[in-house]
Amino acid sequence: MSDRQENRSRLEPAVRPKLGVFKFASCDGCQLSLLNLEDELLALGETLDIAYFPEASSSMREGPYDIALVEGSVTTPEDAHRILAVREQARVLITIGACATAGGIQALRNWADVEAFKQTVYPSPQYVQSLSTSTPISEHVRVDFELPGCPIDKTQLLQVIGDLTAGVHPRLPTHSVCLDCKRRGIVCVMVAKGLACLGPATRTGCGAICPSLGRDCYGCFGPAEGAVHGPTVPPNTTSLAKQFHHELHLIPAEVLRRFRGINGYARPFHDESRAWDPAERSECRRDEAPDA
Amino acid sequence: MPEQPRDERTIKVDMIARVEGEGALRVTVKDGTVLDCELRIFEPPRFFEAFLQGRHYQEVPDLVARICGICPVAYQMSAVHALEQIFGIRVSEPLRELRRLLYCGEWIESHALHVYLLQAPDFLGYDSGIAMAKDHGPAVARGLRIKKAGNALMTLLGGRSVHPVSVQVGGFSRVPTRPELLGLRDELCWARDAAADTIRWVAGFDVPDLQPGYTCVALHPSDEYPMNEGPIVSSSGVELPATEFERHFSETQAPYSTALQCTLHGETYLVGPLARVNLNARHLSPLAAQVLSDTGISLPLRNPFHGILARGVEILYAFEEALRLIDRYEPPPMAAEPVTVRPGTGMACTEAPRGILYHRFTVDADGLIREAKIVPPTSQNQGRIEQDLRLFMPGLLHLPDDGVARGCERVIRCYDPCISCATHFLRLDLRREGRA
Repeated sequence: MSDRQENRSRLEPAVRPKLGVFKFASCDGCQLSLLNLEDELLALGETLDIAYFPEASSSMREGPYDIALVEGSVTTPEDAHRILAVREQARVLITIGACATAGGIQALRNWADVEAFKQTVYPSPQYVQSLSTSTPISEHVRVDFELPGCPIDKTQLLQVIGDLTAGVHPRLPTHSVCLDCKRRGIVCVMVAKGLACLGPATRTGCGAICPSLGRDCYGCFGPAEGAVHGPTVPPNTTSLAKQFHHELHLIPAEVLRRFRGINGYARPFHDESRAWDPAERSECRRDEAPDA
Repeated sequence: MPEQPRDERTIKVDMIARVEGEGALRVTVKDGTVLDCELRIFEPPRFFEAFLQGRHYQEVPDLVARICGICPVAYQMSAVHALEQIFGIRVSEPLRELRRLLYCGEWIESHALHVYLLQAPDFLGYDSGIAMAKDHGPAVARGLRIKKAGNALMTLLGGRSVHPVSVQVGGFSRVPTRPELLGLRDELCWARDAAADTIRWVAGFDVPDLQPGYTCVALHPSDEYPMNEGPIVSSSGVELPATEFERHFSETQAPYSTALQCTLHGETYLVGPLARVNLNARHLSPLAAQVLSDTGISLPLRNPFHGILARGVEILYAFEEALRLIDRYEPPPMAAEPVTVRPGTGMACTEAPRGILYHRFTVDADGLIREAKIVPPTSQNQGRIEQDLRLFMPGLLHLPDDGVARGCERVIRCYDPCISCATHFLRLDLRREGRA
């Protein structure tokens, strides 16, 4: 992120920053992470002026908001308009979670025929309004900071809100889950159990919970970013995919599914899954998303 | 909107707060009678049943959890039970009990959220739980600590409370040690007593009079309070296994909603805590039964506003049950039963915090999902909510528009609707015709 962008996402230390929480297509789990801050919630209500948070309060005050937290992806024509209005009202717009940051699990439609999807789920598909894609907020409007995770980690959320209210640009670690396991001495599930773990390519933030519970990481926090120092680089998904295929004997369809999951529309995972798609019909409809 | 005659009134509320989901309500009133009532759900469709097709059965617990951040375990439980039916797996008793323990955690966090942060503000006259804390600090603090205890249980078993990661077809990726579980004991004991206080607290709320004739539907195991097992029964005398669900319950789609509505033999019915307590009261734990009885409120509960009481009772039950399960816990020999894939179709119903949740999967010989069907509790309650609004609304019509709207929201919140399961903005559009 450039210095110019960083300046934009820095708040003046206000007396009580005004908060709005907005939902798009999602499961509510990231908003719930805010309410799951049981020890901090009431203090947070003092520090912040919670002006708009329909899941928690009937009092809904209009913007502008100092901080807008946006959960969910854009999947309907109405929501493609609504996000523009949210952006206009927000000094700092933060996406919370995999849906808002990468399109979410519902972005699996981006490789499918949505009309067929409607017919699978609804007896009267003509009543259902839906875009053919599920897209991250950043494909529609400028986003000041992105919190990854499905769900987000509530302490990361607290840290970002704390940084913003202190007038500091938030920073979160971007290294891989794999490093967390090494540091904590968690037995490698790929080496010990032969599981196709996405930990080497997935960003830290969850606490390496999957390997610590004896299973493979499945990519909730999206792609890791390169080294701690120096320019950020995407994870080496190509090498990891080859490992899955050659060493763990996953067939191409299985390699594809590993990357096309919760964060399947995030660029590095998206590109890797395409490389393993034999049908070559995987050109995802990125071009249909409205311009940012 | 069509042009409105001068003797009509239209009331709009852009959004009903403190529910999980996105929808709207349209009501037309003429001469004091509700002509039409549509609960419109605008949850942007996410097409889970469609994109599950072609995924591997092992991915299903991770995928279906994402339907709902508040009740992910419910989706995981219904899914693994349906898939295990296909593969002919019966998990060992300790695994069965661990699943029950995980479910206890989810019932607690979901119910405590609703009782303390979403619905109690209605009874005490606040916009939110946070605002309520200014005058009712100790009560809100109690609720948050109860909720945290439920989340702690889920986090121990599943790694985190939102979208836990350890649930697998056949069991868990890892089971806890006895000392780990015993480490939660003190806090669960505190929370059990706090849950009893919760029941006494909500039993003192002033409840509006509303007595619809409900058909209650819940699971009904012969020997325990329902969570993961048991036939589906109704207060109208229906009893059937989950495999028969689709022959008796049917889903229809209204043009105004992206959630399907479910009926039993063509009639609306009620699922969730109130229905469960009414149908399974004899299996409540000793303290839960006693504290409920001490309130002087007799069963069956017929007023939807007593849903908050039923949630309180189930919070207490879940803590007592969690303590019982922890005290008898011995780690199972295997964290998960071995799975041999075979093609077939399986169905299962489990008790999500908001009521029965039905799943049906068809799997092929490679273990890939060929077909998926999911019926969440909120779509089952939707018809019931509309009927309750029809009953409740005439008593509100003397009020100014915003009073009518608030009253309708209160009714809707009784059901703790999870529109994400079925989302988030409920807009009341009230049309008044004639003398209303």
